[in-house]
Amino acid sequence: MAEQQQQRAATRSGPGRLLIAVYAIFALAATARSAVQIATKFHEAPLAYVLSAVAAVFYIVATVCLARGSATSRRVATISCTVELIGVLAVGTASVLAPSAFPDSTVWSLYGDGYGFVPVVLPILGLWWIRHTSRIAAPAPA
Amino acid sequence: MPAGADNCRVLHPLDTVLLVASLLCAVWSLVLLMLTRPVGRRWLLGALGVIELGLLVLAVAGVVELVTTQRHVSGVTFVGYLIAGLVLLPAAVWWALTERSRWGIGVLLIGCVVIPVIIVRMNQVWSGG
Repeated sequence: MAEQQQQRAATRSGPGRLLIAVYAIFALAATARSAVQIATKFHEAPLAYVLSAVAAVFYIVATVCLARGSATSRRVATISCTVELIGVLAVGTASVLAPSAFPDSTVWSLYGDGYGFVPVVLPILGLWWIRHTSRIAAPAPA
Repeated sequence: MPAGADNCRVLHPLDTVLLVASLLCAVWSLVLLMLTRPVGRRWLLGALGVIELGLLVLAVAGVVELVTTQRHVSGVTFVGYLIAGLVLLPAAVWWALTERSRWGIGVLLIGCVVIPVIIVRMNQVWSGG
């Protein structure tokens, strides 16, 4: 029980604080941006705006799950970070190969260059952090 | 008369002051982060409180300007940035203070770095960017 509590706190302590803070900023930014885009000019670049909204959802899920830190949350966060990584790599590559499909940019266009490439670094850090804290909090049985 | 005479917002000086002040606080946080024993955290929080007051003035003035301007400005996005600027620091301080280790100051650092980004974006939206 105590071990579970410790593990729960682990993901949101120390460097995890920074990670969650950056995730929260991206969750807010992506949500607000895609909401405005979809509400005001959806027809201009439907694919880009839908992808921004999808990204926003995964950022929210990752933020909440990393902050909660329970066993289930960690699993969901792992999935969310993995999807984000695949998403940023796929959309990044697609926006390089077929720029005409993206008349307006998304959070993940060009591997997130509009956001200082943080979108490609964030899921990697997230996955590493989940792994790192699970090793500390739950040492392998002897 | 140049077409963009109304481009410059009345409170542009305050924008600049807040931008520089946030960056100074970011440097300050970075120094605290590197010290083995962070001292003077309260002063930093005080400075952030003053910046927050400035952001509040900016938000109120921004809404007034938006209502009175003749130009077409993307109102929703502009007000969105004003609100984001208001919410950011209180959220960062809360998230920082609930962490006892030095990483809490890192959260303040992130908050201080994001404020200038919001101010710059807000001005881009104002001038139609």
